[in-house]
Amino acid sequence: MAVITYREALNEALAEEMERDPDVFLMGEEVGVYNGAYKVSKGLLERFGEMRVVDTPITELGFAGLGVGAAMTGIRPVIEFMTWNFAILAFDQIFNSAAKMRSMSSGQFKMPLTFRGPTGAALQLAAQHSQALESQVAHYPGVKVVVPGTPADAKGLLKAAIRDDDPVCVFEGEMLYNLKGEVPEDDDFIIPLGVADLKREGSDVSIITHGKMIHTALQAAAKLEKDGIQADVLDLRSLRPLDTDAILATVAKTNRVVLLEEGWPHGGITATVAALIQEEAFDMLDAPILRVTQADVPMPYAKALEKAVKPSVEMVIEKVNRVLYR
Amino acid sequence: MPETKTRKPDARAAQPQDGSAQEPARKKTDAERLEGFEREQLRKMMWDMLLARRFEEKAAESYALGKIGGFCHLYIGQEAVAVGAIHALRDDDYVMTAYREHVHAIQKGITANAVMAELYGRADGCSGGKGGSMHMFSAEHNYLGGHGIVGGQIPLALGVAWKIKYKKEDRVMQVYCGEAAVNQGAFHESLNMAALWKLPMVLIVENNRFGMGTAWERAASLYDIYQKATAYAMPSAVADGMDVLDCYRVAMEAHERARSGGGPTLIEARTYRYVGHSMSDPVSGVYRTKEDVEKERANDPITLFADLLSRNDILSQAELEEMDAEVKKISEESAEFAEKSPEPTLDHVYTDIYSTEDVNGRLYFDMRGER
Amino acid sequence: MATKVYMEALSPTMEEGRLATWLKNEGDQVKEGDVLAEVETDKATMELVARGSGVLRKRMIAEGDTANVGTVIAVIAGADEDVSALTGGAEAAASQDKGGESASSAEQKAQAAAGSDVGQGAAAVAAAGPTEQDQAERGTPGEATPAGAAPTPTPDRGTTAPATGDRSIAPTGDDADASGSNGRVKASPLARKIANEAGMQLGGVQGSGPGGRIVKRDVEAAISGGGAQAQAPAAQAQAPAQPAADAQAEAQAPRAAAAPAAGGYHDQPLSQMRKTIAKRLTQSIGPVPHFFLTIEVDMGEAAKLRARINERFKDQGVKVSPNDLIIKAVAAALRKHPWVNAAWTGDAIRFHDGVHIGVAVAVDEGLITPVIKDADRKGVGEIAGEVRELAGRAREKKLKPDEYTGSTFSISNLGMFGIEEFTAVINPPEAAILAVGAITPKVVVDEAGDMAVRQRMRMTLSCDHRVIDGATGAQFLQTLKSYLEEPMLMVA
Repeated sequence: MAVITYREALNEALAEEMERDPDVFLMGEEVGVYNGAYKVSKGLLERFGEMRVVDTPITELGFAGLGVGAAMTGIRPVIEFMTWNFAILAFDQIFNSAAKMRSMSSGQFKMPLTFRGPTGAALQLAAQHSQALESQVAHYPGVKVVVPGTPADAKGLLKAAIRDDDPVCVFEGEMLYNLKGEVPEDDDFIIPLGVADLKREGSDVSIITHGKMIHTALQAAAKLEKDGIQADVLDLRSLRPLDTDAILATVAKTNRVVLLEEGWPHGGITATVAALIQEEAFDMLDAPILRVTQADVPMPYAKALEKAVKPSVEMVIEKVNRVLYR
Repeated sequence: MPETKTRKPDARAAQPQDGSAQEPARKKTDAERLEGFEREQLRKMMWDMLLARRFEEKAAESYALGKIGGFCHLYIGQEAVAVGAIHALRDDDYVMTAYREHVHAIQKGITANAVMAELYGRADGCSGGKGGSMHMFSAEHNYLGGHGIVGGQIPLALGVAWKIKYKKEDRVMQVYCGEAAVNQGAFHESLNMAALWKLPMVLIVENNRFGMGTAWERAASLYDIYQKATAYAMPSAVADGMDVLDCYRVAMEAHERARSGGGPTLIEARTYRYVGHSMSDPVSGVYRTKEDVEKERANDPITLFADLLSRNDILSQAELEEMDAEVKKISEESAEFAEKSPEPTLDHVYTDIYSTEDVNGRLYFDMRGER
Repeated sequence: MATKVYMEALSPTMEEGRLATWLKNEGDQVKEGDVLAEVETDKATMELVARGSGVLRKRMIAEGDTANVGTVIAVIAGADEDVSALTGGAEAAASQDKGGESASSAEQKAQAAAGSDVGQGAAAVAAAGPTEQDQAERGTPGEATPAGAAPTPTPDRGTTAPATGDRSIAPTGDDADASGSNGRVKASPLARKIANEAGMQLGGVQGSGPGGRIVKRDVEAAISGGGAQAQAPAAQAQAPAQPAADAQAEAQAPRAAAAPAAGGYHDQPLSQMRKTIAKRLTQSIGPVPHFFLTIEVDMGEAAKLRARINERFKDQGVKVSPNDLIIKAVAAALRKHPWVNAAWTGDAIRFHDGVHIGVAVAVDEGLITPVIKDADRKGVGEIAGEVRELAGRAREKKLKPDEYTGSTFSISNLGMFGIEEFTAVINPPEAAILAVGAITPKVVVDEAGDMAVRQRMRMTLSCDHRVIDGATGAQFLQTLKSYLEEPMLMVA
């Protein structure tokens, strides 16, 4: 086990997978000479050369489509979006091409493609640079979505994503890149998609979330413990495929759920999970399913406003208290 | 009724930056035109164009009878482009286009049966009935679809060309689009990268002068599409889209450039469709007059080519008629085949969405079940 | 594919049933539609019909046992099918066996119950071995309740009972959504599930959640705590048959210990009907503000009319009793006084379109009120026939639910017992009830001022003061009296 940062974990994942399979290449803005906008691809150009670490012009739609075409015909692109906010330009290629190629062709074309980049808010980056879009991307059948919240999860999931023969969208976190954690040093350390992780155990309430929000959840759980409340904190890790068994198991255990996500409430993954729980675990519920999400507004710039918009530890605790009827 | 203006490229137009010549269409002699072609190949081209025509006519009839659903975009009048350009390809080269694709699919090697069955939405279609008119695919024949978003296929082709370079293959990625697609951002992004990285991509713009109901001159600040290549320091050419041999030549030149590391070429093939944009679009009356369409009939690529071959003793009228009868029969039989082919079974709703369902967690919500 | 056989709600108000007779044995082939058993409900004895085919693998309760609506009482499956999952779990639910159960089987039940995720409460329930007597304490508040000395509960299906009402839902599948008597109570899904599994009603449980929502802790407290709740918990220890180690049993022990101290006595187990009458009775007299109006009627003309009718239609077998004539007159009078053919809904007065008269019939152990529908539109001969037919079947406990529900007004006649007058308790959600006394010869002062002997009958109308005021009730009685004394007025 090594203790490394989330960024380093991603870097290792990329390097290992590129080493292992010559068909894997990384493409995106500033990934090469600049060593990556967030330094995730540091040192890779040097090691693997220009054909395998490719700096692109600012053309998200174009190079996303390039990734799809290349994947369709046999190699394994990793396409980086500097942030997922910019990927909105590329959505036509992700949803209309990548997600549907296999289905439209009745299985004739694989799509071993990975899209990755940071999602969600940082600090005061304002409306266009602060969006958490993983719920929206997970909406489309044909794509897969993973959201690592820790260095180990980042490494394991990115490796799994690269090896996957379907288009996988990896949602990292800008605020997570510096986070340190234990990461296995095994070349073949993979976290399979669709497996959630119980980051904390308790039987009074379930807090289900993903990505950087797991840290908010864990902080809330630590505070609640002082009050004698023990929370299950379930890290989904994968939005599609979704580990519904783990979700239902924790609900069965605690009978109370608070769902947390960084994105907006309208159609967010928390809405899907809530629908799942009430459909399939209705009789387990002692309280309504409550959610904590970003406020349903574009992110404002001013510091205090931004803080009020983002989900917080206090909001989680408040909802937990409500489902416990405290 | 706006008068349709046809403009030939101005010979005095600026030359592309890299000095490559673009040839305005001018009258060549028969001998010039036929030079370098084998007899058998010419007859095959005729046969291919006839099949294209009769197949599309049969598809139109089937659509009118309700056998084909959704959209159906026909290639009638444009046969010379696909037939000519694909004749200049090898089997292991790739072809990709937008949605006016039936002829490209057949020309690349998919049987008429499989194409018609796909139009009918049957299990024996080349996409298993899951694609339809706009999404035909054949990995076996290196035919890469079949795409519905205007211009969306161009970045895909870019990626295939990237793959060819990456894997150091001796292959060409031939991709088609309509003239209206050149206004899409995807066109520009792709040309830039193709030229920047010298990728083996040949983009053939099938300029049939109307983007659905909008005449090209109403949508374009720069009428001559081939000139757009200058913005990317990329070679370009114009082909007479009603002349199968010209399409062949221009394409072949571009392919050779691509194979030798010379990078991409933008080809503007000037052609015309005798039918509406799709089966839901009128042939004339809204954005072009009946007379205009009739006038263009004089340039029918099949008639013109037949005349050329006949007056050079390569194909007689009788042989032509025999060919026509053969391709008509093939088209008829493809419809019969399609009719008999079964529909895909209901479980196909959930097949081939992902590479495997053997994963942990739920890949999709199956709303059929009772819980 | 196994079929679970449930104790079904065979009457609209039924909350539990007593399995009177099994008509199929374990091992018998059963076809969908076959009658499996006879079940005694709060109203009548009903047939329980199989909803699946196969072999009757297990009968989970015995003849004489009672089970809540929604409990699995048998399993039909293939001869070799493994049904252990179904029969094992169900034992915990069928925890209401008659007293006299052996300690070991009660322990078995305790273990099975403890195995379920209901927790301590359910285990205690099973361990204590409840008796039928305890069932009497259980009830759902706010249920439509009937009269006291008079007719048996007939909830008017035409109205919605205020707030909670009875909603006995025939269970369709899942154990969890069984128990119809838990309808319209705010409770979390989990609380309902726990309550169902423990065989308890939610009705009396205090909810501590927002808006009075009953949540898990409330149900668990109700199951294990007992005393403080409005309803007693499901199980109470009778004479301590086994050492009652837990708090619940101890809490009940004093109560049980008190019984033997009262001296020699004999307990008769309550029939379903008895229990229901008791429950609904108690809950009616409270909320409904009764007042009573008495009037005396000369039945001379009525008697003559009756005789003429019986003579005229003798060969058709028509035999009209005085009560039949009274029913007819009441129906006609109700037509003229719609406020008496009405109901209190809580936020409105409901005026019924039809006149449906409930007629009290004494049966073994109690009363039932078959309903003469559209009594105002039927001839007196027809009414007589119907009353006789329904009463006959009522005594045999063979009435169908729609035959004893839906009345808009009730009549109780104790004349045949010589009672001269009495007051009846209104059968909610109706607004009034008529108590009819015996026809006796009396000396009266006639129109001429002389003394005469006349056939006199006294009737007392009980009125719900929320719907009917004194004058209204009085006017109704005046009309009724006029119809009986001058029957021609019903026609003119």
